[in-house]
Amino acid sequence: MKSLPERVMFTMGDIAAAEGALSAGCRYFGGYPITPATEIAEWMARRMPELRGAYVQYEDEIASITSVIGASWTGTKAMTATSGPGVSLMLEAIGLAVMTETPLVLVNIMRGGPSTGQPTRGQQGDIMQAKWGSHGDYQIIGLTPASVQEMFDQTVQAFNLAEKYRTPVFVLADETVGHMREKLVIPDEKDIKLVNRKQPTVDPSEYLPFKADDDLVPPMAVFGSKYQFYATGLTHDERGYPSDKENIQIDLITRLNDKILKNADDIIDLEKYQLDDAKIAVIAYGTPSRSARRAIAIAREEGIKAGLLRLKTVWPFPEEAVAELATEVDHIIVAEQNMGQIYHMVRSAGAPTPITLMRKPAGMPQLPEEIVQKIKEIDSQ
Amino acid sequence: MDRYEVRIGGFGGQGIVTMAVVMGETASLHDDKYVVQTQSYGPEARGGASKSEVVMGDEEIDYPKVQNPDVFIAMSRAAFLSYIGGLKENGILIIDQDLVNIEGEIPKGVRVYKIPATRIADEKVGNKLATNVVMLGAFTAITGALSVEGLKRQIEDRWPRFVKTNLQALEYGLEAGEEAEPAIIE
Repeated sequence: MKSLPERVMFTMGDIAAAEGALSAGCRYFGGYPITPATEIAEWMARRMPELRGAYVQYEDEIASITSVIGASWTGTKAMTATSGPGVSLMLEAIGLAVMTETPLVLVNIMRGGPSTGQPTRGQQGDIMQAKWGSHGDYQIIGLTPASVQEMFDQTVQAFNLAEKYRTPVFVLADETVGHMREKLVIPDEKDIKLVNRKQPTVDPSEYLPFKADDDLVPPMAVFGSKYQFYATGLTHDERGYPSDKENIQIDLITRLNDKILKNADDIIDLEKYQLDDAKIAVIAYGTPSRSARRAIAIAREEGIKAGLLRLKTVWPFPEEAVAELATEVDHIIVAEQNMGQIYHMVRSAGAPTPITLMRKPAGMPQLPEEIVQKIKEIDSQ
Repeated sequence: MDRYEVRIGGFGGQGIVTMAVVMGETASLHDDKYVVQTQSYGPEARGGASKSEVVMGDEEIDYPKVQNPDVFIAMSRAAFLSYIGGLKENGILIIDQDLVNIEGEIPKGVRVYKIPATRIADEKVGNKLATNVVMLGAFTAITGALSVEGLKRQIEDRWPRFVKTNLQALEYGLEAGEEAEPAIIE
């Protein structure tokens, strides 16, 4: 039985994400196929039995995500993969995972929306949905890979963050990244850094399932182990018992938000390209960031000081990095494959530096030449 | 190798995407190039328009899609008409002449190669499913963009049960590519 994949593959982003999950130790996939994320499910259906993991295809997305929550509570690293219409159905359970502090990974290969939209064409329309889709006041982690290798690397990272902070983590890849093929190098097992959730060490009689340590994250017991506990979507105290007291609600919601926000520096990953002396900065993520990179190379050849801040993390939003960038450059361009979503975050962090949106709610990203044109326009002002 | 762009167009079921994938696998895994392969297709499983693209070079590929192909391989009339736009001046156009006629304006200096890939696969290899491998052979002989050795190794790795048929298809394709005399657009 082969337990290790080929070390070097020429493969799709979707499959790289699946392999990243397996390398991270994911041994449960519950899902429902949907273009353009189906290849993840197909690959998992094939690979999970080889690794003695479980792949289950459910009747719909709601059953899929709730099964992932259950699997995670048994101590298994668990995930699902879907696209926008599937995420819409999963949102209620995402809130349950946030409230019960359940580590899980959800890969969203973003296609054109709203509704059924354009199944085989990409978009970046679900960025705000990932952050605000479920009701209530919470934080989420959202990663935005831009290459096949990053689909692997950042899915590993997604599991590490989910385990470390006991939270659902979104991998938000546009269809182009999900379906493109590039070389993937899977590192030796020993070179892949893995994080596993904290387990309780206290005597079972003293165990408080939702009492956090100094890092604001409570150790997580395995269902069915010697530790007995109750996990609920209702506001709960450290014992896990439901409560309608004001201070319990304030303490819990504050901690759930702060465990992400106060660790933003640990979570956020950015790439700076040609920013040192830049006067005009482009902010982009996913496929448009690859157009922007080329645009900046072209602009530099023509003597225009432009650079790129590529977001590999959109949630928590890298507010400080953007605010700092805004003090260093004269103008920021945000290029997104949507009508402007991260743009609003950049605008609030970057004011009063002028911020220009290049929006495109369609399957192809902005062409490099279109971004060059915008850079030139701004440079000549 | 500077950024080198290849576009392939046909209809679903001709192996248009597979052709680009094998091209990408060979260039990436055997010829040590940077490669990005993408495709676009409609919701139909068979018969709809199908387009696949490969961008390769000695440097990392940023923008992943083809803008101005160095080579365009057309395997259906609909694909020829839809995707001919953007072909580089002095570029290469390879058509299956049983399925595609040259129509409309073609950029200056383009070399047009006619390769009856479907007919070769049907009559010489005895299997129409090998059409894309015949065309891959012709492409390799015409452009030199892939190593023949790498392509053979990739075919062996990829289709262990059908090595003989596919290597035969490759040989016929290489031969057809070497023998083809291009018409040059003025």
